[in-house]
Amino acid sequence: MIDAPARFASITDFEGFARSLRSQDRTGTRSVRLCMGTGCQAKGAARLYELFEEAIESASGRGQAGNIEVKPTGCHGLCQRSPIVVVEPAGIFYQQVEEPDVAEIFRETVLGGRVVPRLLYQDPESGRKLEAAEEIPFYKVQQRIVLSQNGRIDPTKITDYIAEGGYSALVKALTSMTPEEVIAEVEVAGLRGRGGGGFPTARKWRSCRSAAGGPKYVIGNGDEGDPGAYMDRSLMEGNPHSVIEGMLIGAYAIGSEKGYIYVRNEYPLAVKYLRTAISQAQEIGLLSENILGTSFSFDIQINRGGGAFVCGESTALMASLEGRPGEPRAKYVHTVESGLWGKPTNLNNVETWANVPHIINRGGKWLAGIGTEKSKGTKVFSLVGKIANSGLVEVPMGITLRRIIYEIGGGMRDGKKFKAVQTGGPSGGCIPAEHLDARVDYEELTNLGSMMGSGGLIVMDEDTCMVNVARYFTDFLLNESCGKCTPCREGLAQMRHILQGITKGDGQAGDVEKLQALAEILSGAALCALGTTAANPVLSTIRYFRDEYDAHILDRRCPAKECRGLFIYQIDAEACKGCGICLKNCPVDAIMGERKAPHVIDQQKCTRCGTCWEKCPFTAVRKV
Amino acid sequence: MNQDSSLIEQIVERYDTDVGMLIPMMQDLQAECGYLPPDDLRALAKRLNVPLMRLYAVATFYASFRLAPKGAHEVSLCMGTVCYLKGSAGISQAICKEFKVAPSGTTADRLFTFTAVNCVGACALAPVMVVDGKYYDGVTSESALEILQGLGPAEQAAQADAKEAAE
Repeated sequence: MIDAPARFASITDFEGFARSLRSQDRTGTRSVRLCMGTGCQAKGAARLYELFEEAIESASGRGQAGNIEVKPTGCHGLCQRSPIVVVEPAGIFYQQVEEPDVAEIFRETVLGGRVVPRLLYQDPESGRKLEAAEEIPFYKVQQRIVLSQNGRIDPTKITDYIAEGGYSALVKALTSMTPEEVIAEVEVAGLRGRGGGGFPTARKWRSCRSAAGGPKYVIGNGDEGDPGAYMDRSLMEGNPHSVIEGMLIGAYAIGSEKGYIYVRNEYPLAVKYLRTAISQAQEIGLLSENILGTSFSFDIQINRGGGAFVCGESTALMASLEGRPGEPRAKYVHTVESGLWGKPTNLNNVETWANVPHIINRGGKWLAGIGTEKSKGTKVFSLVGKIANSGLVEVPMGITLRRIIYEIGGGMRDGKKFKAVQTGGPSGGCIPAEHLDARVDYEELTNLGSMMGSGGLIVMDEDTCMVNVARYFTDFLLNESCGKCTPCREGLAQMRHILQGITKGDGQAGDVEKLQALAEILSGAALCALGTTAANPVLSTIRYFRDEYDAHILDRRCPAKECRGLFIYQIDAEACKGCGICLKNCPVDAIMGERKAPHVIDQQKCTRCGTCWEKCPFTAVRKV
Repeated sequence: MNQDSSLIEQIVERYDTDVGMLIPMMQDLQAECGYLPPDDLRALAKRLNVPLMRLYAVATFYASFRLAPKGAHEVSLCMGTVCYLKGSAGISQAICKEFKVAPSGTTADRLFTFTAVNCVGACALAPVMVVDGKYYDGVTSESALEILQGLGPAEQAAQADAKEAAE
């Protein structure tokens, strides 16, 4: 470990330090990289860390340890198989590691250099045990740029980030590029907003740079409110310095001295790591006054959100930063001219910021070489739902949904049939099987009635009722609507009322048309993006799953058998063992039958509560 | 009212009396007291020279603020899309029924405060329940009730908190 001086007085000093870190001789160093992301922590990774530390200590007591380190890192991505442990230098990838496994990994792999096959990932198709992460299909298809250092570095150590090349892009920008050249490079890269809007980043920066007045502010939006999405969380937890470095470069380009990162309150670990990262950067002179001895000054402050989804919207977020309720305002005056405190303000999502150092280091042309004509680079998604491999993935723009779901995600879980993939968060849409070959880019997803959004990909199977999904999102948005404008406040309430009726079996002919009419008003008249896109889940499910709406309304039937009352429970006489558990648990005595003989449900008495279905140990109760 | 009236003073000074930092100040107050005590809100409004109404607007707009004391334990059930698809609505109902508590409410014996939250960002673990910061993955109605029934009584937890604070 090399100690950093209190504060670098010049770029030369910093570069010398960085060079010594990057050229450290690591031969003979064995390293255990332990994922400490939220998923792995929930499965006991913190305890594994302690056990590895103890193992190293006792080995060094015996004089065996040499250069062994255990490194807590951010999310490795394959959350389905957490906790994840990688042993370097060979890069052996162990998954679903439990406490008793630590001793064996340490003895066999770390000290002995042998593999423990039992803990390797087994390819479900070939049955082969795979040793390295790169061999696993989940990782093989991905292209990791923003996440490239996640899982490699300790997010609480700035030296780890610098050793991997961190802050070299800042140095490059400060020493050899004018602010205009930085913006031009980002323009060549074709970078667009990763928070969902897809607005060209360079154009935003340029407008803010040329806006009159000051001071100017830059904001990192980490208020990841979409349910079913955790890309920003993993980035802020796994590599906070990449966000800070991106913001520094942006601030230099725009001419700002003050930045904010707005993080969800529900992400305590992200707040903690960002705080640590900021204070480390301040200590060595990468933040605050006269950065690395230059005339450029910039500092970042963290604000925690208060648990309001609408604060992901830029004007609402700025209202929140001013200490007010997060209500959006109309944007005929752009925030780049009049944003926070009425001053020019440039807001980008944290993933957008994390792309910037890579663009400066490798050049805009390099990023522009990845992706489609209008969508460049990569996008991080949280691939979740009824899929075999849930996790965090980064893919080049233009990859098909099918490849993400089947090659990376390993297809559907429990042999179920794919029904839809929901993209773009609560204001996104559901894309059905016939469009699985659609390419992931901003325009194509919008054409399909959904959107890129911040990057949630939620896979749904045949057991998911699409009308109920629409109701769920409408419910969510209604709860999160700030109530400032009428179309959103009242329109969503009406839509929910209609959708609730349909899912309860009270749907009326003409309901679908009413929903469409309300949707049109919302998209045309609501004040902010929450309102204008709020009808997407309803419209996209009507567009692709109209038959399910009709089945609910006309036949009083839920094809996915999810909406209570729109299907019945029956006992399969062949599977029923006559154990009597259902009979005992039925709250309305609707089940009859002798012991050890098949039981029957009296459909007149049955209230469809589902207790028998939950309690039956032989899954003899079926939904019909 | 917090006995130590310097608490408001400390919090306000932490943010240089900047009214723009009202939300972080209120977050700090809640972190200290577990909720936003009305008298402290009054004192804060007076200290910052803003109408109390403005603090009330903020306190009621953001879901994470509480105007009533919380229970000994904090229980959050994730209602994000993936958790919902995997049955969290049923789990929420089971908890509410078993412990006679409403979402965002506290049990009568102050054992725990139950919050159904939008998404905790741990979707690979769905359905997720977070009890006092510990994540439980793949919960079912049965396992959730079992976890909550295993919670120590309110007094014990309060003592444990005090002990932790003392250390």
